[in-house]
Amino acid sequence: MKRQDFDLIQSRRRFFRHCAGGIGTIALAQLLQAEASDPLAPKKPHFPAKAKNVIFLFMEGAPSQIDLFDPKPELRKWHGHPLPPSMTKDLQLAFIKPTASILASPREFKPYGQCGMELSELLPHTASIADDLCLIRGMQSDAFNHHPGQLFLFAGHMIGGRPTMGAWVTYGLGSESQNLPGFVVLSSGVGTSAGSDNYSNGFLPSMYAGTVFRNSGDPILYLSNPPGMNNEAQRARLDTLREMNQEHLDETGDREIASRIHSYELAYRMQSAGPELLDFSKESAATLDMYGVNNETTRPFATNCLLARRLVERGTRFVMLMHASWDHHSEINKSIAKQTAATDQPSAALIRDLKQRGMLNDTLVVWGGEFGRTPMSEMRRPEEADNAGRDHHPNGYSLWLAGGGIRGGQVIGKTDELGLSVTEDKVHVHDLQATMLHCLGLDHKRLTYRHMGRDFRLTDVSGEVVPKMLV
Amino acid sequence: MRTTGILLLWLSAAAAAGAGKVDFTKDIQPLFKARCYGCHGSQQQMSGLRLDVKDAATHGGYSGPLFKAGDSSNSTLIHRVSGDKGFAAMPPVGPRLTPQEVSILRAWIDQGANWPETGTPVVTARKSSHWSFQPLTHPAIPQLANAWVRNPVDAFILDRLGREKITPSPEASRNTLLRRLSLDLTGLPPTPTEMDAFLSDPRPDAYERQADRLLASPHFAEKWARQWLDLARYADSDGYEKDWVRPWAWRYRQWVIDAIDRDMPFDEFTIEQIAGDLLPHATPEQKIATGFHRNTLTNREGGIDNAQFRFENTVDRASTVGSAWLGLTVGCAQCHDHKFDPISQKDFYQTFAFFDNVEEEDIDAPLPGELGPWLRTKAEYQKKRADLLAEYHVPELQAVWEKRLRETLANPGKWLDWDLAWDCVKKLTEGGDGAAILQKDERTPREREILTDHFIRNYHFAVGPKTYEEVKFKELDDKLRALKISYPQLSQGMVLAERPPQATYLRVRGDYKNQGIEVHPAALSVLPQFPKAMSQPTRLDLARWLVAPENPLTARVAVNRIWQELFGQGIVASSEDFGTRGDKPSHPELLDWLAGQFMENGWSRKRIVHTIVTSATYRQSSKARPELESNDPGNALLARQARLRLPAELIRDASLAVSGLLSLDVGGKSIRPPQPNGVMEMGYGKKGGAQWDESQGADRYRRGLYIQFLRSTPYPQLVNFDAPKSNVSLCRRERSDTSLQALNLLNDPVFIEAAQALAYRVTTESSDPLNYAFRLTLGRDPNPREVKSMRTYLEKHDWVGASSILLNLDEFITRE
Repeated sequence: MKRQDFDLIQSRRRFFRHCAGGIGTIALAQLLQAEASDPLAPKKPHFPAKAKNVIFLFMEGAPSQIDLFDPKPELRKWHGHPLPPSMTKDLQLAFIKPTASILASPREFKPYGQCGMELSELLPHTASIADDLCLIRGMQSDAFNHHPGQLFLFAGHMIGGRPTMGAWVTYGLGSESQNLPGFVVLSSGVGTSAGSDNYSNGFLPSMYAGTVFRNSGDPILYLSNPPGMNNEAQRARLDTLREMNQEHLDETGDREIASRIHSYELAYRMQSAGPELLDFSKESAATLDMYGVNNETTRPFATNCLLARRLVERGTRFVMLMHASWDHHSEINKSIAKQTAATDQPSAALIRDLKQRGMLNDTLVVWGGEFGRTPMSEMRRPEEADNAGRDHHPNGYSLWLAGGGIRGGQVIGKTDELGLSVTEDKVHVHDLQATMLHCLGLDHKRLTYRHMGRDFRLTDVSGEVVPKMLV
Repeated sequence: MRTTGILLLWLSAAAAAGAGKVDFTKDIQPLFKARCYGCHGSQQQMSGLRLDVKDAATHGGYSGPLFKAGDSSNSTLIHRVSGDKGFAAMPPVGPRLTPQEVSILRAWIDQGANWPETGTPVVTARKSSHWSFQPLTHPAIPQLANAWVRNPVDAFILDRLGREKITPSPEASRNTLLRRLSLDLTGLPPTPTEMDAFLSDPRPDAYERQADRLLASPHFAEKWARQWLDLARYADSDGYEKDWVRPWAWRYRQWVIDAIDRDMPFDEFTIEQIAGDLLPHATPEQKIATGFHRNTLTNREGGIDNAQFRFENTVDRASTVGSAWLGLTVGCAQCHDHKFDPISQKDFYQTFAFFDNVEEEDIDAPLPGELGPWLRTKAEYQKKRADLLAEYHVPELQAVWEKRLRETLANPGKWLDWDLAWDCVKKLTEGGDGAAILQKDERTPREREILTDHFIRNYHFAVGPKTYEEVKFKELDDKLRALKISYPQLSQGMVLAERPPQATYLRVRGDYKNQGIEVHPAALSVLPQFPKAMSQPTRLDLARWLVAPENPLTARVAVNRIWQELFGQGIVASSEDFGTRGDKPSHPELLDWLAGQFMENGWSRKRIVHTIVTSATYRQSSKARPELESNDPGNALLARQARLRLPAELIRDASLAVSGLLSLDVGGKSIRPPQPNGVMEMGYGKKGGAQWDESQGADRYRRGLYIQFLRSTPYPQLVNFDAPKSNVSLCRRERSDTSLQALNLLNDPVFIEAAQALAYRVTTESSDPLNYAFRLTLGRDPNPREVKSMRTYLEKHDWVGASSILLNLDEFITRE
């Protein structure tokens, strides 16, 4: 037994002694046994892990890498003109045809940090943490539409029904938190294409599903006591319930009952841990300002970024932030600036804050969408100035990672000078998934679950760890 | 330079082969034997390729012919062994072929691929000795002189227990028995009146009478439909991004409930769902049965490739037939030959072929009483509709729009807004296939209405918001909708139809764009075959084959699932997988005996359930037996019954039932009980106007089976308690235990309301509220310790809290 596991059990023993006054020693043994079989108890990874937790900043709708991460000055020469068919014959696009005219980015790119990472003027805050980032410019997905693309990113497969990344990770590693869910979902902006499929447990038991923290009402569904019931009354209700469940456990000898008693106790603890988590009053003004919690534009995403840090601090294994939407089919110049204004500062603050607190080494942070956008323009209303947008583009887009297990201050992969496809160090979505699991000490080929007669895994039937990304 | 290099190699190869002429027996066959036979020989034929037999090799594998005599540079064999054209180099293990070896192969092909005739090859059929592929046995019932045995089920169980020297558990208390039986057969706890009647019934067959009563209950079908709906991946919405509501999906659910209620024989039940539309003079109900296959997802996201999702749905239909009827993971062979079971990729696409020519069709399927009024008012309605259309110049504008769309179709990429409009015709037409209708010259009145409605609602994609406002189509749409609901309407059904057959191709690596060899509908090669005379079997033939007496799987799989519902675990624990990687049956003779009984007794579900629930095995106590922990930890030998947490729907049903809130209406449309704000916002559907309009009155309290299931934003309580997401077929639900479930039962207003109603009920209907509350919720009297606990609680707290405690008890949400 590892020291950490031992401490954990000790603290649980203390909890039960303290909190479960009337329970006899036999019952305590049963409770501990129920705990030992608790599927959410922390588990050892396959090999020593670099990261313990994940924060995935999911930029729903597919941000334009051409305007943010992957400078393509060559496009200026083609601006307003279609490419010759020989260059575009294999492209499969959602809404436009490969013959659409090129749209050069009006954004200025400059090198940042000691590593000299070139980033767009739209990302001044991200630029300030360039040396912590591993920017992937050669991402590739198999899907070129949102719902399938999001499923592909999170479940490794375009058709619904499979477990998602957060579910796989909590299934593989359990949760360190005794009072909060192991896999939490936070959202800002509008709804996402794939909805709950993005954080579904798929065919894994429902304890591995992402728990949504809601933006209004109860942060977790049914977290508050019913109207008119204070904590004392709730506790009395739970005490009697436990007594009677215990009575029946003695009667039937079914350990499932011990496990249910345990779940109710965790639920009670969650009821007090939830509000404590959301209470920012102990955060310093500097921290709140750094994230932009008090600024109208950044508030929703900043609040979620700060919550993400607080969740990880409290032992949550996987936090997924969904920010929608970056689906800029039209008016991209205006709309993308709106999204970067809302997200750039909080994203950078999260990295800086984690680093200051010594948490970045344990926490893997990923920022990115389900695919990228075309160098060609999508023009739905040619008569309107600045109507141009970009279509979906899964061949050669960008995203970044930072923190646990990841070597920062580097750019991996290249696309051709027009940004049509990857020319160097292609990272397929399954490779990204394999590498993320690797950082967590999990072998993507061994993290499997038998369902309907087959062993399934996050990376479906492919995926290779990308050594260049690792420390 | 390159040419010279190849030439040089060729020369050396020819030299190596001797006198420039390649000799198959000397130069080629040994190479095949050394490097290819391992995967493409007599033992296995990966990707359908066999190289040790001339005919088979000439025919090629799944991707088609392997070589073209005289043209090595266009021969797949050469691309494969040299690893070009995007192929991974063959063989995949061991060193690659040397340039010389490749050159010899080239030379052999260029010289005409001469392959001398050899003797008759050994034909290797995919035979399997695996138990589930063998014909049903007719096992003798063990003759045991033991009073415990009530029927043959017990003989098989006790025989095995005896061999392990284990005695069965005593019978459960009568209270437990009736609660178990009621929950298992109807999904509802027994009322105190029902319990009292049973407890005071001295007749020796009192229990059997209860079984008969419950089997005849209209709620039996509601309980048993749910298991089938999981397999059918039933939901009330499309899935994917748009997740449109399917207002008529419930007609299929209703069909299942009705069929189970009148105990439709399982063979008919099978035939109608697979091919009801192909039966002679098919009734609308028989067509609605094919709604089984309409529960596949529909992707309406802009820009997707419809061909891909048609393919995915066809794959899903083939896989689901495999898992639901045959208990086989045939879907594993979508991309390659099955890794463990004798199911080749070709087998998979032969099953796929049965569904490759289906059309999705929505039909008028009037409910009783709808047709007369509709016929009487039809002409008047159509006249008013035509007048409205004319007033807004729809006929003229639509003609121009259609003409332009056809031009767009011929000139893709020319006008982006019209491309988008065309994409919307494909994705967003409500009630039919807009693209197909648009390209038809002759349209039915129904098709005309569908297309015109689409035109009016989506014209803006083509002409922009300004023009759209000018033509006032929004206003027109509102008027048309109002007109429509002011007249009698016909209910609809989602069904399958058959289109003229087109060739079906195997898809290499399961990629819808990568066509391999042509395939024809056929039975899985490991199972009994269709008669030779049947040259092109249809879906109807497939359905009949599934329930043919020679088919060893269907009956076994079906009775095993019934067993699973009554014991928590099948005789084959992996009820979804009867293949070589699945679990072995714990009682193979019993399984075959049950399967035989099932078929002999007219495939009656109710009779087989009756046999099982009246057995002594079923009636055992479910108390844990620590002494068996090491011998039989999973209770596979059934020395006791099982304690099973109720499924999601039944937890809600039970709470509503005991509190007196439950509405017992059977059947009908889906309902929307109250759910917290914000659930719909997590999906994209809300943007498309999907609303959760709360049902009013008694509908809020109907059974969980009827809750509208939206795939992207499912009702939280269902998901919390492991209801399936209904994207794919499911054979066996998880039974998890989480703190979110605890919060759900403790604090959800639905359950608080139930606690309030229960509190009101026990305090007003009885002079001994405590005893009454226990009898309502648990079907038994409280014991003294329980009385003490509850009294202590009630000293300081009210009956609402006390009721809530009872509704949260592990015992309450468990069938013991």
